[in-house]
Amino acid sequence: MKRDKKRINVRAYLYSLPMGIWVTLFFAIPIAIILIYSFLEKGLYGGVEWRASLAAYKAILNPNFLIVIWRTVYISVIATAICLLLSFPASYAMARSRHQTLFLFLIIIPFWTNSLIRVYAWINLLSTEGLINNVLIKLGIISEPIPMIYNLFSVILVLVYMYLPFAILPLFTAIDRFDFSLLDAARDLGCGRLRAIILVMFPAIRSGFFNALIFTLIPIFGAYTVPLLVGGMGSTMVGNIIVDQVQKTRNWPLASAFSVILTLISMIGVMAMLGSGKKKEEMNEKLL
Amino acid sequence: MEYKGEGAKGVAVEIRNITKSFGDFRALDDVSISIEKDEFFSLLGPSGCGKTTLLRIIAGFETPESGDITFDGNSILHLPPEKRECNMVFQNYALFPHLSARENIAFPLKLRKMNKDEIRRKVDHYIHLVELDGHEDKRPAQLSGGQRQRVAIARALVCEPSVLLLDEPLSALDAKLRQNLLVELDEIHDKVGITFIYVTHDQSEALSISDHIAVFNEGKVLQTGSPYEIYESPSTRFVASFIGDTNIFPCIVENSVYDNNLEEWLITVQIDELGSTVTVTDYDDIEIGRRLYFTIRPEKIRIVGGERKLGENSFSGFVDEPVYSGYQSKFFVKLDNCTFIKVLKGHTTYLDDGPEIEWKDRVSVSWRAVDGYLVKEEWSEKR
Ligand SMILES: Nc1ncnc2c1ncn2[C@@H]1O[C@H](COP(=O)(O)OP(=O)(O)OP(=O)(O)O)[C@@H](O)[C@H]1O
Ligand SMILES: [Mg+2]
Repeated sequence: MKRDKKRINVRAYLYSLPMGIWVTLFFAIPIAIILIYSFLEKGLYGGVEWRASLAAYKAILNPNFLIVIWRTVYISVIATAICLLLSFPASYAMARSRHQTLFLFLIIIPFWTNSLIRVYAWINLLSTEGLINNVLIKLGIISEPIPMIYNLFSVILVLVYMYLPFAILPLFTAIDRFDFSLLDAARDLGCGRLRAIILVMFPAIRSGFFNALIFTLIPIFGAYTVPLLVGGMGSTMVGNIIVDQVQKTRNWPLASAFSVILTLISMIGVMAMLGSGKKKEEMNEKLL
Repeated sequence: MEYKGEGAKGVAVEIRNITKSFGDFRALDDVSISIEKDEFFSLLGPSGCGKTTLLRIIAGFETPESGDITFDGNSILHLPPEKRECNMVFQNYALFPHLSARENIAFPLKLRKMNKDEIRRKVDHYIHLVELDGHEDKRPAQLSGGQRQRVAIARALVCEPSVLLLDEPLSALDAKLRQNLLVELDEIHDKVGITFIYVTHDQSEALSISDHIAVFNEGKVLQTGSPYEIYESPSTRFVASFIGDTNIFPCIVENSVYDNNLEEWLITVQIDELGSTVTVTDYDDIEIGRRLYFTIRPEKIRIVGGERKLGENSFSGFVDEPVYSGYQSKFFVKLDNCTFIKVLKGHTTYLDDGPEIEWKDRVSVSWRAVDGYLVKEEWSEKR
């Protein structure tokens, strides 16, 4: 028995070696570099001076920057929440539909178009001279164009549009695997329709839900193109600051420090949510 | 055990003219059944005949196009599943995978906001009843098939419904376990004293456990009655051959006279397949010329070696294939006119059975008029 276990362990290491090398090369090392850079002094024309310094982190404490961090957090939370709320009924309907493949196809189609082009399409729809305003004015519903772009609204709208499929796909997979006769059983035992879904279906699709959460929250948190193209002064996100610091201000330590903070916040956020999910499950078990 | 007499306690469930279609396909066609209080009632039929569909209509998961179902005289069709006085044991058990056996059983009680001690007491009681002591903290995935089935039964019983619906709960289990659980199920039924509606496609299961059986085929009820009635007096050719094993031949009624000794009618029928007439008794006079089916069960046929005339209804032939199974042998006898007939011979006393009958032996078979049965289903020439 023991020897068997050992052999399996050796094999496990062997199999995970390629993945390990990949992760070390392209994740661990870059993150380490960023972490180190964030504690150095900035070079005059970009780059860094190899002298330890906390200047970058002190700079972040500037209220202007703190506001951007706070804004990034709440934009992400709102956009992710909307994504999840919309994706549940959509995935449910898809899982129950006879035309699953068609729906999956429809969800995948947009990925064949470059995401920048899709953002530009939104600009055409939303701008003051855009399609929506033009149609509304022609129909006489409004006389002045509605400001729908370069603000928080447009940023959240387009973020939801971009990341909705990433919420739908994992949730759909989970719901599709769910044994719907369990809902019949729950109703037979005295649950109403909604209660059956909450008590029996939700626990079964938890992992799909957390996948959906992670696949939307993290990319939205680091979003850069969307706020750049459809956002305004009041909707800059941390991603934009980082790019500015690298390309314009050429303050690499500050850019690194922002990256470190971004990574930390999203890591803590996800861990907290996973943790609370686990705890909730345990609590449920104790309750019963 | 208390006596369960006919109509002793009145009707618990009345199913009236239920019809249900899926698209163009008619799954249930004008089904009417009435089920008495506290009885063990089986719905028996081959796969796909609509048994699950009927159970799902009773439980409230499907709506019939027409007809009505009443519990204790009150229509229940307008009620949602959660409000109906019945619980179901599903064909695949449908246990909640994230909950332990105990939590599964406690589930319906917690919905009813019962207090904790009460829940604990009740759940313990039912865990004990289905003999799951020691397994209550396992998840469904950690339980064996038979244990899962018992959790499913306990979970349905704990709600104390007036009617328990069981959808082929034993079909996924091996023969031995099935036998044991069948006995357990019967015991549980005696202990809790509620109406069981039990779906199965296994005729021996239905015969051994039920008070009454309804035989289904292609969405229709063909016959309802006690196991004895269904076995001894099948109303159609399908029932006769689906329940147990039988020899069945189309026949034409030739003569009918009342026999004062038997106090029954002695009927002579012509059977083309046997190339002969056969006598059979019936409680009623049967019109001459009717085209019906004659059936004789294999265990009611006598078989002896050699060529011997054994009174009425006697034929001779060769043993085509003997099948020995310990306590009995089954013979496929090829009669002289090439018709096959199945005969069962029990082996009760060693050597008392006479000389052993073997493959290709010449044999005589015969049966008494009272052991045959006329199935009152008409046939026509172009079958
Ligand atoms: N939702 C549905 N849509 C279409 N056809 C259905 C549906 N449910 C059942 N049927 C059809 O109705 C018929 C009866 O099905 P049902 O499940 O009641 O059979 P059953 O008697 O329980 O069979 P089994 O012994 O195999 O469980 C079948 O031919 C089946 O294909
Ligand atoms: Mg079925």
